[in-house]
Amino acid sequence: MYDAKYHKPSSVADAVAALSGAEEGKVLSGGQTLIPTMKQHLAAPSDLIDVRGIAGMSDVSVGDGSITVGAATTHAEVAGSAVVREHLPGLACLAEGIGDPAVRAMGTIGGSVANNDPAADYPAAVLGLGATVITDKREIAADDFFDGMFSTALDEGEIITAIRFPLASRAAYAKLPNPASRYAVAGVFVADTGAGVRVAVTGAGEDGVHRNAALEAALGADFSASAIEGVPPNEDGMMSDIHASAAYRAHVVNVLARRAVDAA
Amino acid sequence: MSDGIGARVERKEDKRFITGKGKYTDDIRMDNQAYAAFVRCPVAHAKINGIDSSAAMAMEGVIAVHTGPEMKADEIGDIITGWAITSKDGTPMQCGVWNPMVTTYGRYVGDAIAIVVAETQDIARAAAEVVELDYEELPAVAQADAALADGAPQVHENVPGNQIFNWEIGDEAKTETAMAGAHHVTELDITNNRLAPNPMEPRSAVATYNEAEDHYTLYTTSQNPHVARLVLSAFYNVAPEHKLRVIAPDVGGGFGSKIYIYPEELTCLWASMKTGRSVKWTSDRSEAFMTDAHGRDHITKAKMGFDADGNIVAFHVDTIANLGAYVSLFATATPTYLYGTLWSGTYAMPAIYGTVRAVHTNTVPVDAYRGAGRPEATYMIERMMETASREMGIHPAELRRRNFVKEFPYQTEVILQYDSGDYFTMLDEGEKAADVAGFAARRAQSEARGKLRGLGYSTFVEACGIAPSAAVGSLGAAVGLWESCEVRVNPVGTVEVLTGSHSHGQGHETTFAQLVSDRFGIPIDNVTIVHGDTDKVQMGMGTYGSRSGPVGMSAVMKALDKVEEKAKKIAAHTLEASEDDIVIENGEVKVAGTDKKMGWHEVGLAAYIAHNLPEGMEPGLKETAFYDPLNFSFPSGALICEVEVDPDTGVTDIVKFTAVDDFGTIINPNIVEGQVHGGVTQGIGQAMLEQVVYDETGQLITGSYMDYCMPRADDVPSFTLDHTCTPSPLNPLGVKGCGEAGAIGAPPAVINAITDAIGTNDLQMPATPLAVWTALQANKTAMAAE
Repeated sequence: MYDAKYHKPSSVADAVAALSGAEEGKVLSGGQTLIPTMKQHLAAPSDLIDVRGIAGMSDVSVGDGSITVGAATTHAEVAGSAVVREHLPGLACLAEGIGDPAVRAMGTIGGSVANNDPAADYPAAVLGLGATVITDKREIAADDFFDGMFSTALDEGEIITAIRFPLASRAAYAKLPNPASRYAVAGVFVADTGAGVRVAVTGAGEDGVHRNAALEAALGADFSASAIEGVPPNEDGMMSDIHASAAYRAHVVNVLARRAVDAA
Repeated sequence: MSDGIGARVERKEDKRFITGKGKYTDDIRMDNQAYAAFVRCPVAHAKINGIDSSAAMAMEGVIAVHTGPEMKADEIGDIITGWAITSKDGTPMQCGVWNPMVTTYGRYVGDAIAIVVAETQDIARAAAEVVELDYEELPAVAQADAALADGAPQVHENVPGNQIFNWEIGDEAKTETAMAGAHHVTELDITNNRLAPNPMEPRSAVATYNEAEDHYTLYTTSQNPHVARLVLSAFYNVAPEHKLRVIAPDVGGGFGSKIYIYPEELTCLWASMKTGRSVKWTSDRSEAFMTDAHGRDHITKAKMGFDADGNIVAFHVDTIANLGAYVSLFATATPTYLYGTLWSGTYAMPAIYGTVRAVHTNTVPVDAYRGAGRPEATYMIERMMETASREMGIHPAELRRRNFVKEFPYQTEVILQYDSGDYFTMLDEGEKAADVAGFAARRAQSEARGKLRGLGYSTFVEACGIAPSAAVGSLGAAVGLWESCEVRVNPVGTVEVLTGSHSHGQGHETTFAQLVSDRFGIPIDNVTIVHGDTDKVQMGMGTYGSRSGPVGMSAVMKALDKVEEKAKKIAAHTLEASEDDIVIENGEVKVAGTDKKMGWHEVGLAAYIAHNLPEGMEPGLKETAFYDPLNFSFPSGALICEVEVDPDTGVTDIVKFTAVDDFGTIINPNIVEGQVHGGVTQGIGQAMLEQVVYDETGQLITGSYMDYCMPRADDVPSFTLDHTCTPSPLNPLGVKGCGEAGAIGAPPAVINAITDAIGTNDLQMPATPLAVWTALQANKTAMAAE
């Protein structure tokens, strides 16, 4: 790993200043992707701006029909949060299934969402619930945020501070892990929100997390597992690799959607 | 004595391992130590036109960059293979030259091209990244069958068609005739998937050239440091043996991959001489995937003929074995004499014939990996048996019983003679432990939940304790495969055992000490096992092929015999009794039937004080033995796997795994069970999870744990284990070896269970969710068409 200058600001303003002042700065949160990438010499930022010391960045609160989770909240904290477990158990379950205990103890929701790994779990919840990504500058709707693999609507130097999830009458996530990496080969988040039924798919698509219109239509008409049986698997845009073919992923998306509906 | 043979004592070595106090090669710190990193071939096949190291040399902290042509100019030898195979047409095998660092052509992704030596590991690695290669990419071939196709890219100019040898074993005419007359013939195409060995500790070397003494010292991750020294001095021209010390300290697993003397360790020795610095290199996991010798990688067409009663009448095998870009040390023996000689399995087969074509490809060399040839043989035979049982409508256990070898010794049609065994009892016990009788009810319960349940059998026999020196010599081996031992009794009666076996996880510090404890009645804490250092142990052949028990321990027993004989002479003289009346038990040396006795430590003291020894006896109590085995030993086992498959996703859960093994005499059940746990887990890994994938251009796709799937704790069930025992009549302890059994026996049990569940035999390893689901879909389509 090459040397990088480490900053630990205590406010969002200081973090933004450190980031803009750096030659090639990177926001560091749980570091579960960034640090291994740096070790492999695939990334060599000049400065690391650690946002975990910022006041309020790890707060979880409920109110006004939504839950707001600070960007530096770890997966383990979300999984164990009494607030999340009571009001949005599907999100707590998702967090509980990310990686392994070490990853969950370090990795954060803001890091996962900003990185937008095509096989990460959180983007499915953000898109599936129609959440809002809150940054130092603005609020971005989930539908406008994810922009293909490892790509988001975030501007250069923009920092996620929190994610606001609307509460849903029913919501659940089901995934099939890649046997090796245990990232999702496919993961499906279904939610019956006030704004209708949403189905978000991660791990499977060539362009990363996306919504599945056919499943949304079927479940919108009848929120039941049996409603999915009439929906043909759709291979269009599905990834194919040594672990899963496009046909397999398309099939599994429907299976997982059924399981998520049953769990919701 | 509670620490003796058969005692379930805890491992002496675990205290230091569990508390992080082990000392591995990477823990060695030398004065004046520098660090090495390798520049590697980025593509599978390339002609190297130039190497520009100026940017690297300009970096602060870089000491030197050296290349293959410089090594060649210093007359460092090429990497050797240890076993010459003759093709069926009588011609010797043809293999490409393996320069330790590339001189002109890079032949696989990871082939070493240059070594960078620097003040720190970080600098060495960063500098290696800026060494510029001017190369021309050439066509490459990665798959074994593709390498044999007309017009395939040539890996080596001197190996036309990429075929290294076309070897045969058995009686072709007899087999063809018997096959033609068979009532039923089962045919199967079988792939044995390529595996990466993945020992927990990656390879490492610390090489030091002492100019004043003109002497080299190499600390390295080796399963056989003496063989390493022999090869480094006799073939690689590093230094004569007395000027080269090789030490393999604590070694964190090997599974075969640390038998070989690789380019990196050799290059570090040479670089130490070039730079005048101690040179340390430690592989990271990515390098391990690229450069550690892989295992397996066979493509086979097999035919088995049966009579109307289900008796095997003929077995025919046609295998292509991928040996990679260069022929590694045991690479030619593994798919021939460690594979074809096991084709009879646990069965009396009257006619066997087969060929093995070994090929070069643009991939890392393939060599022995836990089981080495025997897993490939067992997987093939046991899938054939299960498939035949389904085709013929005979229960798989019944078909096996009809064909089991019934009397021992049993001479197979493929060279080997099995020493002892009782295959019926082990299968009976296995079926009881697996509750086969209750399977139908469990299957019905699974079906009610929408799941598919399957049961699969595997019975195996393997050849351990490699091997009688003259016999392997006649088959092409370059060395003898005996073992040595020196037993030193100290003046206070404590004992040091110096062995040529090497422990890298096997627990020799405990089991070898148990032999001494058993013999003299002293606690194992009074015994130290010394191994892994060519300055301490004179010569040895190391640990692989489950040989430390049958061969290494036999050498210990032989040395103990000599010590016991001398100790009894001393005691008889001291106690004024006849030597024949002396017995040694519980740490005391007694005259039988009397109260005359002396402590074991008093015998030791008497030997060294030497005031009162028998007439003409030399002082001291220290004996050496070399043991050359009479035959292989033949452990066997019955493994039964039960799975539940989710037809929606292809995800397979192993719900029960039973193994009943016959390892002959067991020295320490704790350690044997650990070996079976590890072996079966690796076997399950091969069956369901692990596979090295190169793409068509020879790029390594599975270069990290993101894509190469190792078994984790939650991938395996709690195992149900039991043992039967038919001691080997051919070694002093009756031991047979247990280190590889699980990896040999488990894969077919798993696949037979999954194919039973999904109702089709058309499935290759690894049975990933994708593979199982795909097989289910294909079967549905096929059944719909019928």
